[in-house]
Amino acid sequence: MDDPQERETSKDMQSPNMISEIATPTLMKGIAEPKSEIETKIDIRRLNFFYGRVCALKDVSLTIPPSKVTAFIGPSGCGKSTLVRTLNRMNDVIPNTSVKGEVCIDGQNIYSPSTDVVELRRRVGMVFQKPTTFPRSIFENIAYGLRINDLAGSKTELADRIESGLKAAALWDEVKDRLKEPAQGLSGGQQQRLCIARALAIEPEIVLMDEPTSALDPIATQRIEELIVELKERYTIVIVTHNMQQASRISDMTAFFWLGELIEFDTTEKMFTKPERRMTEDYITGRFG
Amino acid sequence: MTTDILHLRAGQKIMADSASPNPSIPIGDAGQTPLFSRSDSVARQLNRWKERIIESLLFVAAFSSVAITLGIVGILIYESSTFFAHVSITDFLTDTMWTPMFASARFGILPLVAGTLVTTTVALVVALPIGTVVSIYLSEFAPSVVREVIKPVMELLSAVPTVIYGYFALQFVAPMLQKIIPGLPTFSMLSAGVVMGIMIIPYVSSLSEDAMRAVPMSLREGAYALGANKIITAVRVVYPAALSGIVASYILAISRAIGETMIVAIAAGMQPNLTLDPRQPAETITAFIVQVSLGDLPHGSIGYQSIFAAGLTLFVMTLVFNIIGYGLRKRFREVY
Repeated sequence: MDDPQERETSKDMQSPNMISEIATPTLMKGIAEPKSEIETKIDIRRLNFFYGRVCALKDVSLTIPPSKVTAFIGPSGCGKSTLVRTLNRMNDVIPNTSVKGEVCIDGQNIYSPSTDVVELRRRVGMVFQKPTTFPRSIFENIAYGLRINDLAGSKTELADRIESGLKAAALWDEVKDRLKEPAQGLSGGQQQRLCIARALAIEPEIVLMDEPTSALDPIATQRIEELIVELKERYTIVIVTHNMQQASRISDMTAFFWLGELIEFDTTEKMFTKPERRMTEDYITGRFG
Repeated sequence: MTTDILHLRAGQKIMADSASPNPSIPIGDAGQTPLFSRSDSVARQLNRWKERIIESLLFVAAFSSVAITLGIVGILIYESSTFFAHVSITDFLTDTMWTPMFASARFGILPLVAGTLVTTTVALVVALPIGTVVSIYLSEFAPSVVREVIKPVMELLSAVPTVIYGYFALQFVAPMLQKIIPGLPTFSMLSAGVVMGIMIIPYVSSLSEDAMRAVPMSLREGAYALGANKIITAVRVVYPAALSGIVASYILAISRAIGETMIVAIAAGMQPNLTLDPRQPAETITAFIVQVSLGDLPHGSIGYQSIFAAGLTLFVMTLVFNIIGYGLRKRFREVY
């Protein structure tokens, strides 16, 4: 597995152990680029990421189009969560990590020393696997993000923004009469939508979602999925998911990762109907992973 | 027992078990092949006895603390009753003089309560802010190397014998405070309280830090994702989320300060003094109990019996704070 890979892709390869042989950097060129898209919101260029000395992302390059849902799929430990967390530099808080390469948002490298991380995170919102509601009221959960970003303004302005955030996350009707109640009293799905509302209230351009429905029941999952499809009109959405059906239902673009490498990136339709790589097909059809 | 064992089969184990909560429900079918051999069943029986013995030993251990507490309360109440036969409870609670050693002895607990509360307040004014800041620093900001050094060293503060603290208060802190506050007597509640505060800093910082470190990383990440920086995250998200544990540490600190004896006995003076001014010398409940135990009053005298009433008061005070603390902890209990 560790020897330098120079072999061509052979169509008859069955063993997942040979996968890394397929994904040589030379072969990836031209495939990693989405062919139909011209516009670019996020441009990831030869990104490498290390936990200590362990390389979690190897030379990943891909471009994420604006106002679309881009899904990252792949088995556990393939680096998809790590990648999504590099997009708002959330990995900065983990000690002993390092990054090589560039992530450009609107042409600006967010890993350049002049980047204001706080401003970056305002522009790139994030929703996590488990709802991260703060132990406060529903109202305060959203007001919190607005206040620290100096978006609170007057009392009525604050209330307006909270209302529009909750409406954007399709939660308003369920909670409008109990805004002062503790957020932890909401169901898991409602809490997750509250986290989405909280992220949307500060008006980001990009919303990152790291397995946002993996802790939710099917009905709550469906609501969040519907919401994501609605949200793509206004936001660029990047979603990490373990659920292949979910990726095929809601995403426009899909990227498949394996062992820290980008194997294939294309429109979701193409990825799920006639992927270029045998590996992608095997994974999507559930033959491994 | 033997028949029991003979009948033991995979599906019937539970039926045979006398400890089974509902033995009337038939489980499995008698015709099943036995999964466990006979010797195995004997071993299981032995195991069950072992379990029971261990369980009862554990229960005795747990119950002993309850029994000892009840015993202490019982003795306090019993011994105080002889005291209260001579001094009415109204006098005890309302009289403003505490002079058990005078010929005309008066037994008003208020001066001692005031001394206790003032020294405790001074200690808390010192310990709570410093302890909280230290805990926020240790849990949110300090690199792990620094934390590994500071935390044990801070905890050493509570390992220093309180007698030493008493002399530290008298010989070092009091002269220093006298330079800042002219006219401060050598014995004052202020110097004793300040030193007591230093002593209880680790109680606050160590437990609060544990509580804050227990706040899951995901909550911090949620805050960072909204554009919060470290200090905002620490103060507005982590601190409130850990408040239940932090309040518990405050309560422990209060109880410790109320019960502290040596420092106040040495540095606060030993004269009952009904005042809320920390610059004055005064005597606390604990200091009085020490004083009497040293043999100033004959055993069996009413003055001697007064220490039990004083002790009971002290016990009630810490109990009240603990109950308040329990209530606060429940109120601030966060689910994350």
